[in-house]
Amino acid sequence: MTITEKILARASGNDKVSSGDVIFANVDKVMLHDVSGPGVMTIFNDLEKKGRKIEKIWDPSRVWVSEDHFVPSVDKLAAQNIVLVQNFVKKFGIEKHFKYGLGQYGICHTLSHEEALVLPGEVYVGGDSHTNTTGAIGAFATGMGHTDVAYVLLNGKIWFRVPETILFKMEGNIPDYLMAKDVILNIIADHGTDIGNYKTIQFNGSAISNMPMDERFTLTNMTTEAGAKNGIIEPDQTTIDYVNERSNATFTPVFGDSDAEFTDVHTYDVEKMEPIVAKPFSPANRAIVRELGSIPIDKAYIGSCTGAKYTDLVEAAKIIKGNKVKARTEVLPAAQSIYRRALKDGLISIFMDAGAVVGPPTCGACCGAHMGVLAKDEVCVSTTNRNFPGRMGHIGSKTYLASPKVVAASAITGVITDPRDVR
Amino acid sequence: MKAIVHKYEMDNIDTDVIIPGPYLKIMDPDELAKHAMEGLDKDFVGKVNRGDFVVAGENFGCGSSREHAPIALKHAGITAVLALSFARIFYRNSVDGAHLLPIEIDRDAYENISDKDQLEVDINKGEVNNLTKNKIYKMKPFPELIRKIIDVGGLLNYTP
Ligand code: SF4
Repeated sequence: MTITEKILARASGNDKVSSGDVIFANVDKVMLHDVSGPGVMTIFNDLEKKGRKIEKIWDPSRVWVSEDHFVPSVDKLAAQNIVLVQNFVKKFGIEKHFKYGLGQYGICHTLSHEEALVLPGEVYVGGDSHTNTTGAIGAFATGMGHTDVAYVLLNGKIWFRVPETILFKMEGNIPDYLMAKDVILNIIADHGTDIGNYKTIQFNGSAISNMPMDERFTLTNMTTEAGAKNGIIEPDQTTIDYVNERSNATFTPVFGDSDAEFTDVHTYDVEKMEPIVAKPFSPANRAIVRELGSIPIDKAYIGSCTGAKYTDLVEAAKIIKGNKVKARTEVLPAAQSIYRRALKDGLISIFMDAGAVVGPPTCGACCGAHMGVLAKDEVCVSTTNRNFPGRMGHIGSKTYLASPKVVAASAITGVITDPRDVR
Repeated sequence: MKAIVHKYEMDNIDTDVIIPGPYLKIMDPDELAKHAMEGLDKDFVGKVNRGDFVVAGENFGCGSSREHAPIALKHAGITAVLALSFARIFYRNSVDGAHLLPIEIDRDAYENISDKDQLEVDINKGEVNNLTKNKIYKMKPFPELIRKIIDVGGLLNYTP
């Protein structure tokens, strides 16, 4: 069995599961945020109206809640949703509530690893499609809608069709002008945005072994853009150390068997890759930056669960240091803890000295909700994960997805730029 | 179920165009419905009648996990989406939330169906009858569990 099959076998009380089996699995952790949360609450209210009293949920200690999409509250409706979330958390005794303006908070997927809320070997369901991110820790992590999350909150389990696994073997050493973002954008461009539909995408190989956790999270985060049910990386010493630095909890890492079956295996040499972007309007719409011609930008965006982790900020700051930005540049660290660390380590000064604006952690502009959305015809180069029409603002705006290095290089030149061309 | 088709001959219709991000703070389904498909077709809401179908290509509903997407379509009047394939979260949300039926059809059927055709969908027979063209297509059968969840009216009514 693969690591995914082994985790699902354990969680469903089976000795063995195979791809295609439909099972009910026990869930170890569940997350909701200020968009999926109010959806769950609406369902609970409807059930109560139909006469079902809901006095408790399955296990409040396994649930956590983030405020990330619409904080700082964008308008009265968003503010009201935060009140709903607050009441829900209180009513059901959920202690892990990462509240905007009250200590640690941030984007849900970033918190899941920053705070080690999910452990290797666990089954984790989140009310957000990029829940896949946390699979880099060696957990089965997948996103669902709010009906499914409501069901988990009531029953502690949910149905799954056991997915087939596609293995990506990534070999070589990542050159210093590339990041995990270039790697995953290449994979999506080669195989399409639905290669992973109903399936698992697993990564291994020497390039992965040498990657810090922050970079691994970029890979699993964007398995969502490849349509995957989950992305996963088997734990190694880097994973174990990362979790132990953040949590005292004990856990049992799970590894796939040596004779695990994969439906496909694709091998890449990362040393042959070039810095790339995904042009509008698909994450699969690849272009090599040096072959792109001159694309002037209106905005450089360093933000989101994909591209505003600590490592992302460090790599961007190395390029921006000592330069001035030539396009509007917005840096929004993905969690308060990352913001503080960046402040302490001088990264925030580097961005601000260059003329960039640094804002509070929020999903905000990534989903076109607020905090810097794009106008018609504006062009943005962004460390985020989606560039569908209207994703980051006006339906006539254009987003190029890129690594933090490419975004930083573009910020200081004002056109989309290969990081090798600004040294 | 007998109604009119609204055909979008494209793959990868994502949830950001089905219901754009800024509307995710809206919980009232009828308010959401006013913005259904806004990112793709501004006239959608005006031309849909209660019971109608959407027909589309591969990977319908990809992107964000927002259940607002099938909710907005349902409350705009759509009872089923017929597509070559669905993104997994959209499929789950449609069935588990009992919002609409995600029906997989083959390429011949997809190419044969035109915008504004009148269809009759019979999930018991597993058939889609194109009344305009006088043709019957087979739909891909629902897996056993999915069919049970549909029959009880959503996952929250289902006991394993
Ligand atoms: S930062 Fe963007 S991709 Fe990540 S959870 Fe928020 S809206 Fe989704």
